[in-house]
Amino acid sequence: MSNFLFGRYLPGNSWVHRMSPQSKLMLCFFFVIVIFFANNVWTYATLSLLLIVVVLMSGVSIGYFLKGIRPLIWLIIFTVLLQILFSSGGHVYWHFGPFSVSDLSLINGGFIFVRFLLIIMISTVLTLTTTPLAIADGVQTVLKPLKKFHFPVDTLALMLSIALRFVPTLMDEMETILNAQRSRGVDFGSGSLRHRIQAAVPLLVPLFTGAINHAENLSTAMEARGFTDSEHRSKYRVYKWQTKDTISWGVFLLVGILVLFLRNN
Amino acid sequence: MKDIIQIKNITFNYPDQPLLFDQLSIDVHEGEWTALIGQNGSGKSTLARLIDGLIVLKSGQIVVDGLIVNDDNIFDIRNKIGIVFQNPEDQFVGATVEDDVAFGLENRQMPREEMHKVVESSLKEVGMWEFRDRIPANLSGGQKQRVAIAGIVALSPKIIILDEATSMLDPRGRQEILDLVTKIKQENNLTVISITHDIDEAATADRVIVVNKGTIVEEDKPDNIFGDIRKLESIGLSAPFTSQLIMALEKRGIDSSSQYLNDKRLIAWIKQLVSNK
Repeated sequence: MSNFLFGRYLPGNSWVHRMSPQSKLMLCFFFVIVIFFANNVWTYATLSLLLIVVVLMSGVSIGYFLKGIRPLIWLIIFTVLLQILFSSGGHVYWHFGPFSVSDLSLINGGFIFVRFLLIIMISTVLTLTTTPLAIADGVQTVLKPLKKFHFPVDTLALMLSIALRFVPTLMDEMETILNAQRSRGVDFGSGSLRHRIQAAVPLLVPLFTGAINHAENLSTAMEARGFTDSEHRSKYRVYKWQTKDTISWGVFLLVGILVLFLRNN
Repeated sequence: MKDIIQIKNITFNYPDQPLLFDQLSIDVHEGEWTALIGQNGSGKSTLARLIDGLIVLKSGQIVVDGLIVNDDNIFDIRNKIGIVFQNPEDQFVGATVEDDVAFGLENRQMPREEMHKVVESSLKEVGMWEFRDRIPANLSGGQKQRVAIAGIVALSPKIIILDEATSMLDPRGRQEILDLVTKIKQENNLTVISITHDIDEAATADRVIVVNKGTIVEEDKPDNIFGDIRKLESIGLSAPFTSQLIMALEKRGIDSSSQYLNDKRLIAWIKQLVSNK
């Protein structure tokens, strides 16, 4: 579980690692939006090519990407199957009741598969090359315009970074409680679903009590260290927009325009 | 000697609970190390929170370095005081060591360049600069307390309060933290208040105040206080190991002139006894 959030970041010094988190975050969004405009072989091929370039520039070996896809493989297979079996039109090869397989549905299934792959890969690039803290800072920068509407952007970012900081702490505590309850004879792993849910109660209650205690002590400590509100603070870490970010955006925008030209209207 | 903290006739209780302090007065002298010892529930930690304005008095007055603790002065007072709390985990706000030291500076809106300099010098002061990229999960309790001390040093306060800061550490970590605070106190001419259960920690102080049930029972130099074991035991505190040993020797008819001795002096004294025989 802790690998899920923290073991993902791989330290490095590649082009992608050194880009500012806010621009990586926005590029990721932009790429996903462009993917939804793709609707033929040429557009998907263009985007796949761009992704391969990005992956190569991140300097991360392909094995880590495959690990990122693995937990989602069943979702992908299920969605692709649905697409193949239920889409209509084209030359039908096989049909049974409501199910049918045609040349069009096979092509659509293939596109859906590539689409999934692209979205997962681009977000994996982001999490592999950016620390959680940098992502939290990136979110803060990206959301800054919302300040005009009195949206508490700074508070949100501080909350996010404190939450991330406490994940390992709470994980450790969960482990301790789990062992303590096991030593008293609670069985977490087996039995009916109902039984398992019941077994989770003696785990969750102390975990929540602990979390609330942490929160109370932390707020006292923050106040003692001069914290008033999240607006009136200076920032220790700043991620400046760099030439790298401008160049990357240029490339992505060009690819976006290319996709608009190449897609079937 | 100037009194840097004056606590005058304070009364306080938590909602729906009996009075914790009734007309309590304590003076803390500038540049001294004062230890507050007492049992659980004697109100020691509450006192630290009252001095820092984290909770509000019922009546009476606390003056810190010439400023009365109230809503108007609260931020000036918090600039003068740094508190190291008991649980190392619960005072680590930043995602990494350097972010945590910067937290207090960010709150005071220090410009970034200056902040980076101060963070570096403070972390070097406590010997944690090599660990600046670490996340708290990869630090020991003692290391986290060092980072907390760096966070305080960065703000250059006049007073450090150790609120049972060493109680969750192993004996070695405890001694390291005490040595570090002693060093920082001397270098920066600070006033230290240590709130503790640990009699050995209290023995390093210049002056010890024993609090029991919200009143001062005893106030003296550690040597005098720990000499009288029976009194300590009567209020439920166990005497330091050295005092217990001396007491046991006295029972066997070896007189030590009833004085408190620290480890080194005790060893010297025993050596002398042995060589005299």
